[in-house]
Amino acid sequence: MTQFIQQLLNGLTVGSLYALIAVGYTVVYGIVQLINFAHGEVFMIGAFGSLATWQVVCQKSTGLWVLPIMIVGGALCSVAIALVMERFAYRPLRNAPRLAPLITAIGISIALQRAIQLWYPGATSNVPYPSIDGVTGGSLTVGSVVIQRTTLFTLGVLVVSAAALYIFISRTRTGKAMVAVSQDPDTARLMGINVDRIIAAAFAMGAILAALAGVAQGLRDSNVSSTMGFLAGLKAFTAAVLGGIGNIQGAVAGGLVLGLIEAMATQYIPGQFGGNAWSDVYAFIVLILVLVFRPQGLFGARVVDRA
Amino acid sequence: MTAMLEVKDLSVAYGKITAVKGINFTVEEGQVVTLIGTNGAGKTTTLRTISGLLRPSAGEISFLGKRIDKVQAHSIVTMGLAHSPEGRRIFPRQSVEENLMLGAFARRDRTDIQADLKEAYDLFPILAERRKQPAGTFSGGEQQMLAMGRAMMSRPKLLMLDEPSMGLSPIMMKKIMTTVRTLQKRGTTILLVEQNARAALKLATHGYVLEVGKIVLDGPGPELLVSDEVKKAYLGED
Ligand SMILES: Nc1ncnc2c1ncn2[C@@H]1O[C@H](COP(=O)(O)OP(=O)(O)OP(=O)(O)O)[C@@H](O)[C@H]1O
Ligand SMILES: [Mg+2]
Repeated sequence: MTQFIQQLLNGLTVGSLYALIAVGYTVVYGIVQLINFAHGEVFMIGAFGSLATWQVVCQKSTGLWVLPIMIVGGALCSVAIALVMERFAYRPLRNAPRLAPLITAIGISIALQRAIQLWYPGATSNVPYPSIDGVTGGSLTVGSVVIQRTTLFTLGVLVVSAAALYIFISRTRTGKAMVAVSQDPDTARLMGINVDRIIAAAFAMGAILAALAGVAQGLRDSNVSSTMGFLAGLKAFTAAVLGGIGNIQGAVAGGLVLGLIEAMATQYIPGQFGGNAWSDVYAFIVLILVLVFRPQGLFGARVVDRA
Repeated sequence: MTAMLEVKDLSVAYGKITAVKGINFTVEEGQVVTLIGTNGAGKTTTLRTISGLLRPSAGEISFLGKRIDKVQAHSIVTMGLAHSPEGRRIFPRQSVEENLMLGAFARRDRTDIQADLKEAYDLFPILAERRKQPAGTFSGGEQQMLAMGRAMMSRPKLLMLDEPSMGLSPIMMKKIMTTVRTLQKRGTTILLVEQNARAALKLATHGYVLEVGKIVLDGPGPELLVSDEVKKAYLGED
């Protein structure tokens, strides 16, 4: 039982990271039908941006007060990168065949990874990420279950982000405009909605959540690397597909489900196909199964019901 | 005095296919002007170009004395030109009220928006009864009323309607046409595209007949209604 709860917590933590990143894929897809495969790098840049903020702005303090500053610094970097790629790489390709933006995304990914390796001090290998008082270190024990502080932090970030996202989409002008554009871009323009600006807002929103995931993962693993976006990006993409691409709640649920599947499969599949060595494989088995048997995802894609 | 809307030598092409071939027409303030023509004549293309969704390959469009043929679609709405598109194009997942409020997206005057919302509900009481219902569950006629109400929410000086009677029962069609008349009386200028030539010409101050991208005939609505060419081609009379 203890073991089960422990894996449940592990799964939810990893799943929260996938969920945060997956929202970025799904929101952008819902609006421009583009899979931004460079979104994993937006996450990575967010992690490095928060680290740089800590080193430069926060003077390497470990007080809890630096955390919001790191998050803002990371988010600013992610948003800047996402907006630049939207404006200069994807926007000119909006009416091009689908393969063009896909290949562009791969190019952007490689360029961003190399740029970090070249210019970020020490980034040719793993770079240590700071411990922050209150959210890292000394774990809590409830009964016989050990709860890491980073687990609580990550889950907290997801809950707060999901609530903020819900309010943003359903209450704000920009959020409502996003929903309108995702249903019918031309008619949205006839309502006076600046579609280019809404697309940029979607990229920015995904970037903020990715940066939050970057900080959470940095704290959890105590290091970051220029290639951390690759696997995380692919898994989050799997989560977005699992939840139904274009469906925001689906992406959050898909992330959590995927995290749980990984944790449980790693723990409970016996014999030579079980254990940590296989943990990354399960996600892609899930991806293949979903694409073959239920391409609209568990909760239904939100792009097919266009007027 | 220049016309409210002035279309000069307008041509529009889809790649190599030219759908609109150098048409000229004007809409004066307070008028109901109708553009009639058979399938594929270029009516929708003309309206989509005026509202900025398509770009002309040649010619000029002026609205209230300003050139708008290079202005972005979302800015044209704020100038006072609304377009209720062909096929209604309501936002199916949004509620009736959300659809109406999207019509007022470009406006900032909150209290006036509430007043206009009330006006839309007065015009179409069924919308008020179902304000929370997802618009996608509406019938065709109800969707048309919603589309018209939504377009009115931008407080347009000129309202363009693309085939508002499409697929409607005779009673519903009458209701829509009466509404067009009401809107005109309240001071909205209207550019009406219709397949249903008889209903449109009855209302129209001026009508233009479009055939494969060219205007072949024009004149006051009632006059066109009794002209031989129109009778033959569009009213199915000999
Ligand atoms: N997106 C498009 N790509 C290529 N050709 C198009 C496109 N849209 C319209 N056309 C062509 O342009 C011509 C005019 O079409 P348009 O939709 O303007 O006609 P319409 O007068 O509105 O017809 P209807 O009464 O059937 O709505 C047609 O020949 C049509 O096939
Ligand atoms: Mg048409």
